[in-house]
Amino acid sequence: MFAEIGHFTVLLAFAMSIVQSIVPLIGAQRNWAGWMRLADTAALAQFLLIGFSFAALTYSFVVSDFSLAIVAANSHSAKPMLYKITGVWGNHEGSMLLWILILVFYGALVALFGRNLPSALKARVLSVQAMISMAFLAFLIFTSNPFLRIAVPPADGNDLNPLLQDPGLAFHPPFLYLGYVGLSMSFSFAVAALIEGRVDAAWARWVRPWTLLAWVTLTIGIALGSWWAYYELGWGGWWFWDPVENASFMPWLIAAALLHSAIVVEKRDALKSWTVLLAILAFSFSLIGTFIVRSGVITSVHAFANDPERGVFILAILTVAIGGALTLYAARAGQLRTTAVFGLVSRESGLVLNNLLLVVATAVVFFGTIWPLVAELTTGRKLSVGAPFFDAAFTPFMIVLVAILPLGAILPWKRAQVGKSLKNLRGAMALSIALGVLVWSLQTGGRMLAPFGLALAAWLVLGAAMDLLVRARFRDNPIRTTLRRLRNLPRSDWGKAVAHAGLGLTVFGIAAITAWEQEDIRVVDLNERFTVGAYDFELTKVIDQNGQNYSAQIGSVTAYKGSREVAQLRPEKRFYPVQQMPTTEAAIDIGLTRDLYVVLGDKQDDGGWTIRTYIKPFSNWIWIGSLVMALGGCLSLTDRRYRVAGAARPSARRVAEPAE
Amino acid sequence: MRHLFLILTLLLSSPLYAVEPDEILSDPVLEQRARDISKGLRCLVCRNENIDSSNAGIAKDLRLLVRERLVAGDSNTEAVDFIVDRYGEYVLLKPRMTRENAVLYLIGPVLLIVGAIGAFLYLRRRSRRPEKPLDNLSREEADRLEQLLKD
Repeated sequence: MFAEIGHFTVLLAFAMSIVQSIVPLIGAQRNWAGWMRLADTAALAQFLLIGFSFAALTYSFVVSDFSLAIVAANSHSAKPMLYKITGVWGNHEGSMLLWILILVFYGALVALFGRNLPSALKARVLSVQAMISMAFLAFLIFTSNPFLRIAVPPADGNDLNPLLQDPGLAFHPPFLYLGYVGLSMSFSFAVAALIEGRVDAAWARWVRPWTLLAWVTLTIGIALGSWWAYYELGWGGWWFWDPVENASFMPWLIAAALLHSAIVVEKRDALKSWTVLLAILAFSFSLIGTFIVRSGVITSVHAFANDPERGVFILAILTVAIGGALTLYAARAGQLRTTAVFGLVSRESGLVLNNLLLVVATAVVFFGTIWPLVAELTTGRKLSVGAPFFDAAFTPFMIVLVAILPLGAILPWKRAQVGKSLKNLRGAMALSIALGVLVWSLQTGGRMLAPFGLALAAWLVLGAAMDLLVRARFRDNPIRTTLRRLRNLPRSDWGKAVAHAGLGLTVFGIAAITAWEQEDIRVVDLNERFTVGAYDFELTKVIDQNGQNYSAQIGSVTAYKGSREVAQLRPEKRFYPVQQMPTTEAAIDIGLTRDLYVVLGDKQDDGGWTIRTYIKPFSNWIWIGSLVMALGGCLSLTDRRYRVAGAARPSARRVAEPAE
Repeated sequence: MRHLFLILTLLLSSPLYAVEPDEILSDPVLEQRARDISKGLRCLVCRNENIDSSNAGIAKDLRLLVRERLVAGDSNTEAVDFIVDRYGEYVLLKPRMTRENAVLYLIGPVLLIVGAIGAFLYLRRRSRRPEKPLDNLSREEADRLEQLLKD
C-alpha cells in the first residue's frame, strides 16, 4: 500500500517538475512576481513528494516486501537491518531515487534559504533545476521504476551482493551523490546567468557556497569509497583508476577548478565566461559519470545493470543538457565582459594556471576512460586503459600543480613579484627539501618517490602555514598580536590553508604507501612465527563461526614488535550462501604511522594456511588528508561572507582583518 | 538437494586468490620482475583488474606463464610480447605508444600547450587594458554589489 502511494507521489513530483520548469521561467522573463514565486512552493513540494516516495521504498525494504521487484532482487529476510536500509540504494532503481531525492533536496534548500537571491535569478535557477529533475524523473518512471510489483512474490529475496553488505554502503553513495548532484546547483546558476546575460561578483558569491558544498561532500564520498575498497577488497588497493572511480574523480577535479575560478570572478570581476563554462562542465561530468555507471558501455568493477535502453535514455538527457547549455553559452558568453586589469604575474594568473592544470588533467582522465570505446568504434581494436597509463599520464600534472601551489596561493592580487613572494616561502622550501634529503639518506634502497613525495607534501603544509602567517603579518608584530590576528583572519583564509595542507597530507600518504609498502605471502602452520619488516606474526588458531547471514572462518593472528605484542588481528573468510559468494574480510590494525593488514587465505593440504600480510606505512594519511581538505571547505563555507545558500546578511560582528 | 550440492562444491572448491605462495619464484629478483609485469597485464575475464590482484583462474594461468617466461630467460619486454602475441593488446593495461594510440598520449601535452598559449594571450590582454568601471549594472545593483563585497 505504501509502495503504491510512493509510486503515486513520484508521478506527482514529475508533474510538479514540469510546472516548475516552465512557469517560473516565464515569470522571470515577464517579471511576473506571482509566477516566479511559484518556484519556491513547487521546489518544496517536489522535495516532500520524493521524500515520501523514498520513505515508502525504504519501508518496503525494511519489512522485506518481496512483492516489490527490486526488494525481491536485492534483499533477503535474514539480512541485518542496516543492510536492509542501505540496500535501498544498493541497486540501480533505488539509487536513482536517492539521486533524485538529493536533487530536489538542493532545490528545496534554494527555496528555503535563497531569500537574498534576486527573485528573477532564483526563479530561473529553480526552473533549470526542475528541468533536470523532470528529465531524471522521466528516466526513473519509464525505464527504472522502483515501485514495480511482481505478480507472484517469491518466498524470500535474492539478497544484496555481499561486497555491498558493509557500513561503507551507508555513507559512500549518499555523500557521493550529494557531491555529484550538488554540482547541478552550479549548473543551474550558470544557465540562469546565461539566460540573464549577466555574471557579476554577487553571482559568484552565490554560486560559490553551492560549489563548495558539492565539492566537500564529493571529497568525503570519494575518500570513503577509497577507504572502503582498501579494507574490503582484500589486498589494500585504494585507487584503481576504474571507469566508475574516474567518473567521480572528473567532476571533483572540475569542481576544484571552479571553486578557484569563482574566487577570481568574485574578487576581481574577471574569468567570468570561463567560470560559467566550468560550472556547466562540472555537472556535465557528473552526468557523464551517471551514464558510465548505468549504461554498461564501459566495463567497470562497479557498474550497475547494463541495460542499453537506460543507456540511450541517459545519453539523450546528457545530450540535451550539455548541448543545450553549451549552445546557450556560445550565444551568450560574449556578453560577459571583464573589466579587471591585472599583471602577468598575479594571484589571478596563478589561479588561471591552477585551472589550466586541473582541466588538462581532467581531459587526460576523460580520454583515458573513453579510449577503449573510441578505439573499438574507430578501428575495431579492443584495448584496455588502466592504472599504469593513468599513473604515468595524470601524475605529472598534479606534481606541477602541487609544486606551484604554495607560491600561487601567496601571490598578491593584481600585480605581484615572484621574488618577493618567494622570499616569504624560502624557509618552507628549504625545510621541505631538507626533509626530502633526510628521508632519502635514511631509507635503504634508493627509490626517489618517497623523498620527493615527502618534500612536496611538506612544501604544501608549510606553504599553507606561511600563507596564514603572512596574512597575519607575523614579521611586523609581536607573537601575541600575530596570534590574535591569526584568530581573526576570515574563515575562508583558514579554509584555504587547511584544504591546501590536507592535500599535502594526502600526497604524503600516497607517496609513502607506494614507496614503502611491504608485502608477504606465505603458507604458515599454526603457532609458527614469521617476520615481515619490523614485525613478527603468528597464526594461533582458526575457528568456524556463523554470522547472521553468512558462515565464516576466523583466524587469530598476533603481531609482535620484538617481544612486545602490538596487535591481535582477526581476519575472516566468509561465505554468503544466498548469493553463493565468498568474501575476505581483512583484519587491519590501524595506526597513524602504519597499518598492519592481514588476510586469511586457504587451508593447504598439509594443514597450513595461506596468509597475506601487508605493512602499509602512513596509509591513513591519504584519507585523513582528504577529510582535512573537506574540513577546509567547511571552514570556507562558514565564512560569514558566504553562509550556506549565499544568504550574505548585512550584519553580525565585524572581523578585525578586512577581507581582501 | 541440487542446492546443497552446489553449496558443497563451492565450499570445497574455495576461491582462488591473487598470487598464491606456491607460485612465488625462489629467486627474489625474478619474482619482483614478475610482479612488476603482472601489474601491467589485465585479467581478461575481469573488469579492469590486473592479474596480480585478481582471483580468476585465467589470471593465475597468466601469472604462471609470465614466471615461466622469465625463468626461461626472457627479458621483461620479451615476456610481455610473448603474452600480447597470444592474447592481443587488450591484455595491456597501458596501451602501446603506436600511431593509433597517438591521440591518447598526445592529448595531455597538446592541450596543455594550447591552453598555456591561450591563457598567456588572455593574461597579456588583461594586463594591458585600462580599468573600466562596471558599466552594465544599474545604480541600485552597483550599490547592492558594493554592499555585498564590503561584508
